Amino acid sequence: MTFFGWLTIFLFVTILTVLAMPLGRYLAAVYSDEHTFMDPIMRVPERFIYRVIRVDTTREQNWKQYAKSLIIFSFVGWLILYFILRTQGLWSFTGLNPMGYHSMPWNVAFNTTSSFLTNTNWQYYGGETTMTYFSQMVGLAVQNYASAAVGIVVAVALVRGIANRTSSSLGNFYKDVVRTVLWVLLPLSFIISLLLVSQGSIQNFSHYLSFKGIQGLTQVIAMGPVASQEAIKMLGTNGGGFFNTNSAHPFENPNGFTNLLEMLVVLIIPAALVFMYGKMVGNRRQGYAIYATMMVMFLGAVIVCYIAEAHGSPAQHAAGLHTGVVAGSTGGNLEGKEQRFGIAGSALFNVVTTVTSCGAVNSALESFTGIGGAVPFANLSASEVIFGGVGTGLYSILLYVLLAVFIGGLMVGRTPEYLGKKIGAREIKLVSLGILITPLSALFCTAMATASNAVGKTSIDTAVTGAVHVPQGFSETFYAYLSQANNNGSAFAGYTGFIQPNAGNLGSHGISFADLLGSFDMLFARYAPILFALAVAGSLAGKRVSPAGLGTMRTDNTTFVVLLIGVIILVGALTFFPALLLGPIVQGLTGHLY
Amino acid sequence: MRKDFISSAIGMLVLTLVCGILYPLLVTGVSQVAFHSKANGSQLFVKGKLVGSALIGQAFTTAKGAPLTQYFQTRPSGTDPADNDAATEFANYGPNSTITEKAIAANISTYITLNGKYYPGGLTAAKVPVDAADTSASGVDPDISVLNAHIQAYRVAAVRHLSLATVDGLVSKYTTHRGLGFSGEPGVDVLELNLALNRLS
Repeated sequence: MTFFGWLTIFLFVTILTVLAMPLGRYLAAVYSDEHTFMDPIMRVPERFIYRVIRVDTTREQNWKQYAKSLIIFSFVGWLILYFILRTQGLWSFTGLNPMGYHSMPWNVAFNTTSSFLTNTNWQYYGGETTMTYFSQMVGLAVQNYASAAVGIVVAVALVRGIANRTSSSLGNFYKDVVRTVLWVLLPLSFIISLLLVSQGSIQNFSHYLSFKGIQGLTQVIAMGPVASQEAIKMLGTNGGGFFNTNSAHPFENPNGFTNLLEMLVVLIIPAALVFMYGKMVGNRRQGYAIYATMMVMFLGAVIVCYIAEAHGSPAQHAAGLHTGVVAGSTGGNLEGKEQRFGIAGSALFNVVTTVTSCGAVNSALESFTGIGGAVPFANLSASEVIFGGVGTGLYSILLYVLLAVFIGGLMVGRTPEYLGKKIGAREIKLVSLGILITPLSALFCTAMATASNAVGKTSIDTAVTGAVHVPQGFSETFYAYLSQANNNGSAFAGYTGFIQPNAGNLGSHGISFADLLGSFDMLFARYAPILFALAVAGSLAGKRVSPAGLGTMRTDNTTFVVLLIGVIILVGALTFFPALLLGPIVQGLTGHLY
Repeated sequence: MRKDFISSAIGMLVLTLVCGILYPLLVTGVSQVAFHSKANGSQLFVKGKLVGSALIGQAFTTAKGAPLTQYFQTRPSGTDPADNDAATEFANYGPNSTITEKAIAANISTYITLNGKYYPGGLTAAKVPVDAADTSASGVDPDISVLNAHIQAYRVAAVRHLSLATVDGLVSKYTTHRGLGFSGEPGVDVLELNLALNRLS
């Protein structure tokens, strides 16, 4: 551990908070139709789009109408993306397929489409070896925008449900999506992508560079419109890398500054949404309480991960390496990490991307130490409520807040109420279902995979270690389905249940069962909780508000923060602890080589 | 229902036009004008011929993989062949794996064989910097640690008949600093350093 490592973590958290607060106010203005500085630029295109898509934005929707629009919008998006991937070889006339790649096989396209639709960006293909520029920008990047917008509007709808006192309407789905894209995602992405290019990220449509180096070796360097994709990939907490090694690739993440920038960009909207929440419900302290909850858990994860990675791995020590800090070398577990990010920059990045649904990586999770690697597991097990994905984080933690209020209410023996609205049996049923869907899907799929020769058992037998039935193999399998269920998309990439398609999509097409199981995992664990969250919103909207009395449990003080953290950890721990023991914890505690 | 399908379909097409076509084209246009060299991959040339990118690491070995002693060596790479930017991948070595231990031990012994006899007092496994023994993430890490560069400097100076001070001077010159003074770790860009050495001798 180094002084600069801790300083990075401290300054990161500070900068994030300072930037997120004004953005939160801005978001509140955007979704309350108040005046913002972007209005003069965006009002005209906004009205034009409403006319073209034939939406009457004055018509507000109740939760069922809102949900219906959302599902149909997603379904249409799925069809379009699937079509693009299946026909990418036919779009060469646009000049955006300089490497002449073929179309994706159906199973890979099926998985990839589901993956980008659900904001997961699980990648079962190598970007630079199979994906054309056309598919990347016209197909995948568009879903980076759309899936991020869908996540955000669900959170906004739930906030409206909690805040509304007079009507049962949650707003208009199409209007919310359009405003999210025009007022928030596009302008920010544009600025971020130019910042990235200024540091060395590439942005072109050239053929891959081929040349002979000074040592006489022939080499190829991949090209493409990387920066524009990278910006929205981080901002929308999508995480699908342009290149196979994601944000570890120097063209995606050229230096220490861009590493910091990318981490900030991932958390900025999830953090701002919490402040937006406080403003929209008319009580900023409610937002601060949630922010504090998230920040405490976030810092806990970062500190554990940094200490574990700085300590080094059993394999390093067995080989005789000295992993302490010495002059000119940061030491630690640098296996699968880049020199320019160091240990702190890698540990922090991976915590940032696994507490959110981003799932981008700047280092190999597979190579993290047992305890360092258990941190992403724990983050996913908490169902990504520590900031979480854009939107998904806020609506997920609000479900936990309602659960905590319910439990607190039982403890003090009063009818549970949140912000003056009574929480009844119907709401708690919906909340419980919404919270339990993700673990259900993750564990079900892991069990299927572990039991099935077609998918996961091979990974457990032949994991990188080569030995039989090793914890790392189980970790890989478990992480794969946990990550997809949480719509995260990061991976313990040694998992052999998936086999990457060949370069250019030629020849054999890998294992189909894992693709389909994963697709099911992603779609189910994305849309079921969304429906439950919207149903909760619909149920709360329009409820009468009773004034707070002496006996009302406060939800904006330290006691409640502690209660909320307890509930999150309890639900996460009880659901996942047995499975976590079998993988990362065994490795972290024993230091044994397998 | 039908109305929703129409709105969604047109909506997706509009979104594709704005976010999938106009946005990347605009970013490309501005980048190509404002940051021409960087947007095209920070290409490096020798006598007008392309020899690499400042951001992409290269293997300074023979075609068979034997290290060329007159050049600084990049970090171990998980790609096939080493430092292959056309198909990057993680090495995916597990933390508690005997295979990882063997790979690290092999990297250590290669490093000691290459540099041990030039380094004053010789090298042991405990003296090898972690970045020289551990595989990089991208497989094309352009940088090595300052300590790693300093150890290799003895060898490169001896093989090239240069003074250590000259080589160390170049190492300092091509050392990148932490982002904003605190984010990340300093690193030495191996390709730029080797090009500078070639210009000297």
